Amino acid sequence: MEITTGWYLVLGALLFVIGGTGLLIRRNPLVMLMCVELMLNGVNLTFVAFAQRLNDIGGQTVVFFVLVVAAAEVVVGLGLVVAILRRQPGTTADDLSALKG
Amino acid sequence: MFAPQLLGFVSPSINWWALLPQMILLGAALLILLLSSLAPRRSSTTFATVTTLSAAITAYFVSIGLWYDVEREGASSSIASAFGVDGFSIFFTMLILIALAITALLSHHYLDREGIDPPEFHALLLCSAAGAIVMAAANDLVVMFLGLEALSIAIYVMIAMHSRRSEARESAVKYFVLGAFSSAFLLYGIALTYGATGSTNLVHVREYLDAVVFRDQHMLMAAMGLLLVGLSFKVAAAPFHFWAPDVYQGAPSPVTGWMASIAKAAGFAALLRIFFAAFASHDSDWSPVVAVLAFVTLVVGAVMAILQTDVKRMLAFSSISHAGYVLVAVQSASNDGTAAALFYLFTYTLMVLGTFAVVGAMGSDDDHPLTRYAGLGRSKPLIALSLTALLLAQAGVPTTSGFIAKFQVISAAVSNQSYFLAGAAMVTAVIGAFMYLRIIMTMYVVDDDESGPSPVWHWTTSTVVLGTVIFTMVLGLVPQFLIEFAEQAVPILIRG
Repeated sequence: MEITTGWYLVLGALLFVIGGTGLLIRRNPLVMLMCVELMLNGVNLTFVAFAQRLNDIGGQTVVFFVLVVAAAEVVVGLGLVVAILRRQPGTTADDLSALKG
Repeated sequence: MFAPQLLGFVSPSINWWALLPQMILLGAALLILLLSSLAPRRSSTTFATVTTLSAAITAYFVSIGLWYDVEREGASSSIASAFGVDGFSIFFTMLILIALAITALLSHHYLDREGIDPPEFHALLLCSAAGAIVMAAANDLVVMFLGLEALSIAIYVMIAMHSRRSEARESAVKYFVLGAFSSAFLLYGIALTYGATGSTNLVHVREYLDAVVFRDQHMLMAAMGLLLVGLSFKVAAAPFHFWAPDVYQGAPSPVTGWMASIAKAAGFAALLRIFFAAFASHDSDWSPVVAVLAFVTLVVGAVMAILQTDVKRMLAFSSISHAGYVLVAVQSASNDGTAAALFYLFTYTLMVLGTFAVVGAMGSDDDHPLTRYAGLGRSKPLIALSLTALLLAQAGVPTTSGFIAKFQVISAAVSNQSYFLAGAAMVTAVIGAFMYLRIIMTMYVVDDDESGPSPVWHWTTSTVVLGTVIFTMVLGLVPQFLIEFAEQAVPILIRG
């Protein structure tokens, strides 16, 4: 059986869904960050698969931009997580509930 | 010299003049960081504020020059059509620069009072403003995404900079997680648009959609849906609004004002450019969806605001309902509707910044119970009067700019024959007015217990409040110049 770009699109969509679901149900802030990465990399795979299908280099260059953005986002996200865990070790997303109404 | 020729690389022509406003802002950010790290002592707040203000003013004059260029020579685009130079981008550049100057003034006293490092805050504010301008001007979805991230990442840090308060950290984490989540949706939408049309460039997307009739639209529909979800999170439209009250409450007040005004305006700029300009030929597909979003947002914003007891949360829901009005204008998918949306965003930005200026002066950020405003009408009559004017304008009372803005939005909906939505907008305006009146009543009618509220006032705050109140009132009486400005600022996609 030949592996076409369609398979990669499906894989990208699956990664995106797994990441999105993980972000919503996991409570550990670090795992949530990893889930965001998974979503972005699912999109990256989609871009590369489309670039292959369209025979266009644009989709591949986008991936580099996304990687840089993801790195910048993780830097800030890790900083926030560290700032919170240092004050209250073992914090989960459920503990962040001072603001509600 | 020979490397580009070997690769067959031809660099696109760049209109540096059009990029000057955001280059000035980024240059000022670098200057602040450089000089403050070279300075022997902790650098003063005044230096950072003055640098930011002068950068905003210089960039504003450049964009006035750009506006006359566009008026004379017509819209164009730069860097291989990735960056639009049209009335739309310059309209938002000016709006963002005004909001930048106001936020810089508001944060001046706030940073000193709360002990936040001024150089870092101002550098982030400038980066955030540059990102917002890029987002509003981008003609390419990838460039738009980069602008969005520059805007958002800087805001995550600006919220968390108030490091002693656990509410600020919590607010930053919530905004970060939801922001990253929505960015991923937006990006997936961009990927599917690329897959469906073969390019991320909106000029190309528009030409492609005009020319091609799809046999099977599933991918394009999914792309539009994901883009809409991603941007709805950014502009806090229901049902993607649940982060807004928490984040607005926990963030430092000047940052809340910046988020409520510019993060929302830049989100709507992207929404209008993508849907109204690029997906114009498919407006029968997206317009009903936006109409549903608008209706839900209007209802949620108006009804939930009544249930709140914290002033910042009330204003968060009020900003959600304002997003609903702009969506009513967006769904009409006409030039009139877009001009109404632009007018609304301009007036709303100044109203909300003025309101948060007063909120920020009302003391510490931990909570803003409504009781803190009790008796303000007697102890500080001028402040109470200004806040009353701004809140009435947000409610849409005649002789204020808010009335004209709501009127334009509703008339755009009526001329598009969305009678139900126009009716819903009017009814929710009445429901929403209850919340504003409740704050006003608390200031004038409820007696304060003993000492009364003691706002921490500073001349920068007074300047901002006075300026926004005058703008709001004058525009309520002579709105014509801004209406014409907005009508000339409808987005144009053009190959450059």
